Amino acid sequence: MTAENGGAAPTGLRTWNASAFVREYRLQISILGILVILYTVFLVGNPLVFMHFQIYQSFMTTMPFFGIMALAATYVITLGEIDLSFPSIVGISAWVFGTVFVTTGSFGLAIVGCLSVGLVTGLINGLIITRIGVPSIVATIGTMFLWRGLVNVMSQGKGIALVALRDSPLYDVFVGRLFGVIPVQFVWFVALAVGFAFVYRRHRYGSHLLYVGDNQESARMMGINVERVKIIAFMQMGFFAALAGIFTTSEVTYFWPTQGDGMLLTTLAAVFIGGTSVFGGAGTIFGTFIGVVIIGSLEAGIIAIGLTGFWVRFLNGLLITVAVSVYAFMLKRGR
Amino acid sequence: MSDPTLLIMKGITKSFGKMQVLRGVDLEVNYGEIVALVGDNGAGKSTLIKIITGVHRPNDGEIWYKGEKITLHSVRQSRQLGIETVYQERALADLQEMWRNVFAGREITNALGFMDVAAQRRETERLLREHMGFTSTAITADSPVKVLSGGEKQGVAIGRALYFHADLIILDEPTMGLAIRETDRVLNFVRGFRDQGKAAIFIDHNIFHVYDVADRFVILDRGRVAAQFAKSEITQDELIATMVQLHHTGTLQ
Repeated sequence: MTAENGGAAPTGLRTWNASAFVREYRLQISILGILVILYTVFLVGNPLVFMHFQIYQSFMTTMPFFGIMALAATYVITLGEIDLSFPSIVGISAWVFGTVFVTTGSFGLAIVGCLSVGLVTGLINGLIITRIGVPSIVATIGTMFLWRGLVNVMSQGKGIALVALRDSPLYDVFVGRLFGVIPVQFVWFVALAVGFAFVYRRHRYGSHLLYVGDNQESARMMGINVERVKIIAFMQMGFFAALAGIFTTSEVTYFWPTQGDGMLLTTLAAVFIGGTSVFGGAGTIFGTFIGVVIIGSLEAGIIAIGLTGFWVRFLNGLLITVAVSVYAFMLKRGR
Repeated sequence: MSDPTLLIMKGITKSFGKMQVLRGVDLEVNYGEIVALVGDNGAGKSTLIKIITGVHRPNDGEIWYKGEKITLHSVRQSRQLGIETVYQERALADLQEMWRNVFAGREITNALGFMDVAAQRRETERLLREHMGFTSTAITADSPVKVLSGGEKQGVAIGRALYFHADLIILDEPTMGLAIRETDRVLNFVRGFRDQGKAAIFIDHNIFHVYDVADRFVILDRGRVAAQFAKSEITQDELIATMVQLHHTGTLQ
């Protein structure tokens, strides 16, 4: 990364340098370390389960549901903002998905309706935050209740059976099994992660996210349209929450009114374990990806090595607390 | 091209609600000239420069730039015209790499908006070595801005303006909080700018720096130009005395 040939710097000092590499990527290395340790414990604790493909297939089925939202949330958190409403956006957009499908019988129309709801709800968040000036944590508590409440009113607390989704060729595009074994949603998740990473590091928009998150005033002075950057961030969050809604609904071919609930903390935990700074201006998509893998395999792993389900939350909490403390310490020393 | 005047502002007024900050300001800046804006807090200095940089729009008045009448409506537009502002060190994002700071808001991208990071890094590196006088190899285009000293940060902010071929550079308190040696460096940057035939508007609380570097002094008082002097017309002590008198009596008589 640093081996560009610009400038008249003396030669010899620009060769690849292991300690500089470690310093630059210390967050990524730490999180990878946590993953390796975790999987070592799992493999030693229960080789029978963890040496077989079946558990990984199960992970690949469920991780993308919150993983896709963790990717999108990384952008929002990089801005120094937060979105608490995306689980409710999953709910409302999935309800639209189910309702449109039942009414029209078209998977395609259901997708369009669902994703539009995601974009519009995200836009509403963005407008409340930038135009009205409500801090994002407060604004999205409001819309979190609003959309969940609306789901309850519209569905009257009832689920929608969607078994007919299986008859559509689009079903396999979203939640089929590649070569009969790999859940397609995981392929989506990996592809999206690559896309998110490229935009984050290489696209003008990603650069603006980092700049605004780091120093909003300075971004404004440099002619960056801060409000637009924020609105787009909340819109993509809504869009990908709706996409996650399509995946979860299609996988189980059922809409239920509490859909999305319980995804809030796992999603945000994955982002924070991944090393994205809550203060904004710093983060990596790679970290979030590994964070999703860690959070997504923790529960099953803990059960598999013989601990009771009671330990899941405790160990989850321990991991998150230790990880974010280590990052904070590293950042402090890096100054 | 023979017209020596780069910027003319005529009868600029600006109020925020009931508060009238500028009451008809006339200002001219010539090529190859450093104009110092001096005046007490609240005299309207920063509002005036924010109008030049496109942050605020005046209520009334005309702006002529390079012989054409213009209306400034955004920071981006001002920058495209070649008007750059150096705001202390606060216009840099500390955690971001140098190259990201240099190209903030003006990234080199392809049609899809993806950046040419290699080019941005290379240009930043060149800027560091050739224009900002960085010699230490510990600082590269990939270094985050937070590792720099205050003077070095100011150098980056000024270097950024130079890179984009600014014709008019506006310096808002560029020496605030800097060590003496670093202040000298910043003042040298400004002189270098004038030597290239370009112009600068300089705001600084430290009258010694102002007198040292500027060619002309425009004294603002309560939203009006109270007086202006070429450097040859006034000594440093007289300038200070004038300002003190203005501050106490509100007039020059």
